[in-house]
Amino acid sequence: MLSSTGHPFIFLLPVLAIAAFWLMAKFEKKEAGLPRRSFFERNGTPVAIYLIVAVAFWAIFMIVLPQLFMVEMSFRPKLPPIEMGGPKDLYTFENYHYFLYGSTTSNAAINWLHLKAFSLTIFASVCAALFNFALSYPLAFYMAQVAKPARVRFLLLLLIAPYWVNEILRAFAFRIIFSSSGLINKTIMAAGLVDQPIDFIGNDIALYTGLGYAYMLMMIFSLYNAIETLDHAQIEAARDLGAPWWHIHAFIVIPFAKPGIASGCTLVFMLSAGSLAAPLVLGGPRSLWFTPILYDRFFQAFNWPQGAAYAFILLLTCVSFVLLVLRLGRLNLGEIAK
Amino acid sequence: MTAAVEIDHLTVQFGLFTAVKDVSLQIRQGEFFSFLGPSGCGKTTILRTISGFQDPSKGIIRIGGQDMQGIGPNQRPTALIFQNLALFPLMTVAENIGYGLRVRGVPKADRDRKVDELLNLIALSDQGNKKIEELSGGQKQRVAIARALAVEPKVLLLDEPLSALDLKLRQHMRNELRAIQRRVGVTFIYITHDQGEALTMSDRIAVMNRGHIEQVGNGRDVYENPETAFVAAFVGENNGFTGMVTRVADGLATVETALGTFNGVNRKSLAVGAKATLFVRPELMRFDGEGENIIDGHAADAAYEGITTHLTMKAKDSSSVVATIAGATAKAFPESGSSVRFAFTSRDATVLPA
Ligand SMILES: Nc1ncnc2c1ncn2[C@@H]1O[C@H](COP(=O)(O)OP(=O)(O)OP(=O)(O)O)[C@@H](O)[C@H]1O
Ligand SMILES: [Mg+2]
Repeated sequence: MLSSTGHPFIFLLPVLAIAAFWLMAKFEKKEAGLPRRSFFERNGTPVAIYLIVAVAFWAIFMIVLPQLFMVEMSFRPKLPPIEMGGPKDLYTFENYHYFLYGSTTSNAAINWLHLKAFSLTIFASVCAALFNFALSYPLAFYMAQVAKPARVRFLLLLLIAPYWVNEILRAFAFRIIFSSSGLINKTIMAAGLVDQPIDFIGNDIALYTGLGYAYMLMMIFSLYNAIETLDHAQIEAARDLGAPWWHIHAFIVIPFAKPGIASGCTLVFMLSAGSLAAPLVLGGPRSLWFTPILYDRFFQAFNWPQGAAYAFILLLTCVSFVLLVLRLGRLNLGEIAK
Repeated sequence: MTAAVEIDHLTVQFGLFTAVKDVSLQIRQGEFFSFLGPSGCGKTTILRTISGFQDPSKGIIRIGGQDMQGIGPNQRPTALIFQNLALFPLMTVAENIGYGLRVRGVPKADRDRKVDELLNLIALSDQGNKKIEELSGGQKQRVAIARALAVEPKVLLLDEPLSALDLKLRQHMRNELRAIQRRVGVTFIYITHDQGEALTMSDRIAVMNRGHIEQVGNGRDVYENPETAFVAAFVGENNGFTGMVTRVADGLATVETALGTFNGVNRKSLAVGAKATLFVRPELMRFDGEGENIIDGHAADAAYEGITTHLTMKAKDSSSVVATIAGATAKAFPESGSSVRFAFTSRDATVLPA
């Protein structure tokens, strides 16, 4: 728990947040050249106050406090409940130290196991995002620029329907399809392509397929929204000027859709890196994914402070990585949130 | 002289709807050719068929004598200027103009030289590095033309390129377009529903109505010698009186209408009994009542437009008859409501099948 002096802080925070939101509403940036009524005038004072208070509470209790609580916890030692708040309960880097160097009592110099899992997770998530982009782009382009509206609605339905099924069930479905006596192995063996079943799960093929599929919808929607706003005449103009199809995609469509591509890739990357169901269900016995390790910190080792530290490391790495990529792509956050 | 573009019995259908009906035309090398017609008559469809974005349902398009069947828009010697221009917003002016050359793999040095030349042509020499959004409407227009000309097309196709501009700029750009066309000598095929635009710029005009061509000719032909009632009514202002032919003699036809019996030139050699419309241009209608054919009515309105004034009379069946006169003499027009007499000579009227 927070130290006793921290408690008044908890109650002060919502007040501060309300004040901040109120000031934001008051001095809301005016749209250029467009005289707008203020936030209070637009919504009426009671509704405006309700909105500010509700958003402030939501922000504080759902987002800020839990995160702060986690960060704070990550700097504390693991202690039996009786000693919490006692003389041994001092802030420490122990948990972060553990991530890099392993247990203080172990012989190995570096915590290879966790570091490897961590880098692999980041790397695989990047691959998942890129792979997902490559897969989704043609479909999104087709829906946004080629297909007739009725066809688009039908395709959207086909895309969304599988997501009505719970994520874990979907992962199990993949496990069944990819298992050694599953549909795929049966088919290719019946076709005489192989005589031994392929170990899709042990080779992590099932994992990557499942991960790729799990967040494909996010990618398709991001791309679809971006490409849809491109004036079709631009594509025709490029074609009329003699551009082959790949040139039109590379130099007209993709630059135009860059914000959508960035937002789709960011979403898929973040969600893959933080995904738990797919690695737990589809991961092979030798597979090393970071989230199950993190999960184990909490629920197997009952080491909440260490789990918090791991979660914080993952979050920080993902956010910095995304910001770095956006920086390299000369995009800002506002643009991709459109 | 060979035809730059030959349209041979072209028909274009969308489902059951026929947008272009059996159109045949020859457009000459270096000509400024316009399609003029009301909205929805199939002008854009013809242009898209020439540029290759639309396949003909029937008929053949030949460019420079070559059948274009199966040749995609990126392989045709045409360049299209879109109704909304479709400049690339993420590229600079120079990059826009150079796009077609870049696609063709022209080396950068040659490309830059050509782009500079074109920037010069459209009088935007020092503005190659500007973004598209920083340009005015007329400048965007010129960039679109330069971008199309960069690939040295045999035929430039323009789809109402001036419709988004305000009146003054539109008139200015008319002259500019014509001047550019004369300088580069490329065949221009120009689409418009503005007859003033078509008349001032074109060498020849095809007047279209509901997917077919009513008449092809130079501006003077189309205005002074309309072949059909549609052309007479659509190109320029016109007074039309519909009725039946009761007598034909000496190249004139007598038409019995609701406002009286009038004589006009029987250009289509109509026979007695045919339904016909007799047209008289407002500028040939006299309000001093001098002429063989007389229409009586009440003065309704005098719309002063500077150089000219449009005098409107309400005839006895309450239809409007317009006479256009030079601005200064307009003062003589009587008060609204008082009776007036319009008249015209038979040689100034045209009788066409209704
Ligand atoms: N892709 C299409 N599918 C179905 N009908 C179409 C299609 N394109 C055009 N049409 C129809 O064909 C007819 C002619 O269209 P077109 O665009 O050629 O007219 P237009 O003369 O260019 O008119 P405007 O001056 O308004 O641009 C219209 O009635 C239109 O509804
Ligand atoms: Mg059109």
